[in-house]
Amino acid sequence: MGVQVKPFSRVTGPVAPLDRVDVDTDQIIPKQFLKRIEKTGYGDFLFYDWRFQTNGSPKPSFVLNRKEYRSAAILLTGRNFGCGSSREHAAWALCQFGIRAIIAPSFADIFQSNCFQNGLLPVTLPNKVLRFLMDQVNSAPGYRLTVDLKECLVSDEAGFEASFEIDSFRRKCLLEGLDDIGLALRHLDEIRVFEEARGLAG
Amino acid sequence: MSSAGMGSTSHPGETAQTEMEAARPRTLFEKIWDAHVVHRPEGRPDLLYVDLHLVHEVTSPQAFEGLRRAGRTVRQPGLTVATVDHNVPTWPRSLPVRDDVARRQIEILEKNVDEFAITFYGMDHARQGIVHVMGPELGYTQPGMTIVCGDSHTATHGAFGSLAFGIGTSQVEQVLVTQCLWMDKPRTLKVDVQGSLSLGVTAKDLILSIIGVLGVDGGRGHVIEYTGKAVRSLSMEGRMTVCNMSIEAGARAGMIAPDETTFEYVRGREYAPRGDAFESVVARWKTLVSDPGAEYDRVVTVDVSNLAPTVTWGTNPGMVVPVTGRVPDPNDAANRSDREAASNALKYMGLVPGTPMQEIPLDRVFIGSCTNARLEDLRSAAEIVRGRKVHPDVRGMVVPGSTSVKREAEREGIDRVFTDAGFEWREAGCSMCLGMNPDILGPEERCASTSNRNFEGRQGRGGRTHLVSPPMAAAAAVEGHFVDIRRWESR
Repeated sequence: MGVQVKPFSRVTGPVAPLDRVDVDTDQIIPKQFLKRIEKTGYGDFLFYDWRFQTNGSPKPSFVLNRKEYRSAAILLTGRNFGCGSSREHAAWALCQFGIRAIIAPSFADIFQSNCFQNGLLPVTLPNKVLRFLMDQVNSAPGYRLTVDLKECLVSDEAGFEASFEIDSFRRKCLLEGLDDIGLALRHLDEIRVFEEARGLAG
Repeated sequence: MSSAGMGSTSHPGETAQTEMEAARPRTLFEKIWDAHVVHRPEGRPDLLYVDLHLVHEVTSPQAFEGLRRAGRTVRQPGLTVATVDHNVPTWPRSLPVRDDVARRQIEILEKNVDEFAITFYGMDHARQGIVHVMGPELGYTQPGMTIVCGDSHTATHGAFGSLAFGIGTSQVEQVLVTQCLWMDKPRTLKVDVQGSLSLGVTAKDLILSIIGVLGVDGGRGHVIEYTGKAVRSLSMEGRMTVCNMSIEAGARAGMIAPDETTFEYVRGREYAPRGDAFESVVARWKTLVSDPGAEYDRVVTVDVSNLAPTVTWGTNPGMVVPVTGRVPDPNDAANRSDREAASNALKYMGLVPGTPMQEIPLDRVFIGSCTNARLEDLRSAAEIVRGRKVHPDVRGMVVPGSTSVKREAEREGIDRVFTDAGFEWREAGCSMCLGMNPDILGPEERCASTSNRNFEGRQGRGGRTHLVSPPMAAAAAVEGHFVDIRRWESR
């Protein structure tokens, strides 16, 4: 078996609010950092243009620069998060900053797939619930949530609970840390049969 | 390339089906999908076979490194094609790449294609180009195929009636190792485009207006099939422009059923089948249409008869307005999120609501990208600038989509039309579409661009992008602001 995905079962931690819709991957990790050939070291560049001045000093007003959110484990954001470019660097940057789960009304397709490949959990909750959680975070900085993948449940210490839906295959992969390559390699015989039917050498 | 290469490997529709399945009318998408399922577990994604894997320097190094670490190899090097496009400089190729980090990434790809025996169109290759321009023009892209690339604009290839979509680097690694992907079957969305485009209104205007209708997440979870008279009338270049931007409506892919226009485009290309083999493959490609009565999950109908040239005003490709229109007022937005998004966009773009689009002064014009840098695009822009001069306040840049496009344009004298007008004529690459190479906008510089994304900072930190068609960009370069090409041309 090859490299396994980091398993995910449950996370409890501070929630950072990024109250914008259609946040694209160009914002999550700008182009100049895609020239690197490594898979690591992207956390410092997360949301770079929003987070830092042109001289590299932090913008104090940006959410992840505020003291109460620097150790955020959960990102709360608007619909269609991660739209645009397919760059997996966006998922790497979020993970390496310390984000373990993202809660939004919807996620862009490729970004969502990249999350699953990296043990980063995209949690889809209705906009009404998201607005409620935004209000909670904004009125109580330091607000914490628990995201439980086994139970498919988001909850807080005050008794809030919301269940979420997730593809059962992706859920199993995340819980067990199964990687797509390893799972596909279990079907090598079928791949060979398919190729032979097309005149391709395996 | 092995003799069993791309031309002869795709056999959509030939996979065994049960009688009931065969009887059910299917969409073009379903036919291609069904023909590529290697394994279909209950309640899990399908394992889908990939016919063509396009690779570039930016999203592949970590995937190849993953292979090496696990002691794996590339399963089908003959179905894998690589080029360098994203970060290559567009100055003369005889000069070195001055950016050390970019150069290293290019060198790593050179090493990887060598180690894993992958066909490579490098910086000095006569057919190098943006991967989505190069693939079709070499005949790698063919109807009925499944095509992937670590790039969201892979949707481009759907113009040939193939299923083509972007993937992340982990999936690039998966395709390298297994030639397969675990994929959830997307839903289907038919966008039926009725009417005819007016003179001067292009495929770019058509797709920008569709994104405006659908919104940037309207196609999420779906594969779009574009149908209707307006789509049928488009050239392959125009169809590629349309499918290319499907991702900007959030769609997984966009596709157009192949027809004579498609077959004529593919005929005679380097990696297309030849002679009798071509005729027999065309007979098969002709079955790649949605059956009468096939059901889509959603259908959207638009009429483009009165469509005006379309320009983006904001920071995503759904923020569009006719060039005859004005910068919108965020207060007119339907809800709070949209209002705030519009407000943020106007602040970033330095625009005031109510300003006529044609009065916005421009600093830069970029003609290029996988959306609009094919020969037809350059010809249509050149016709506009012929005998005219770029406005003194504007810097204009033309970056051909591939080295082949550049060569052919030079043969036709198009390069001199641009340079005589004061445009820069550059080497092929992605260039200022995403600003990974030295071609970028300065802070607050405003650019009319034929590319596909007007996201904040996309073309350079603080840069302000307006997406337009090639003729619209050319006319804007001459006037220093947007003009309605329909009236301007007849002047």
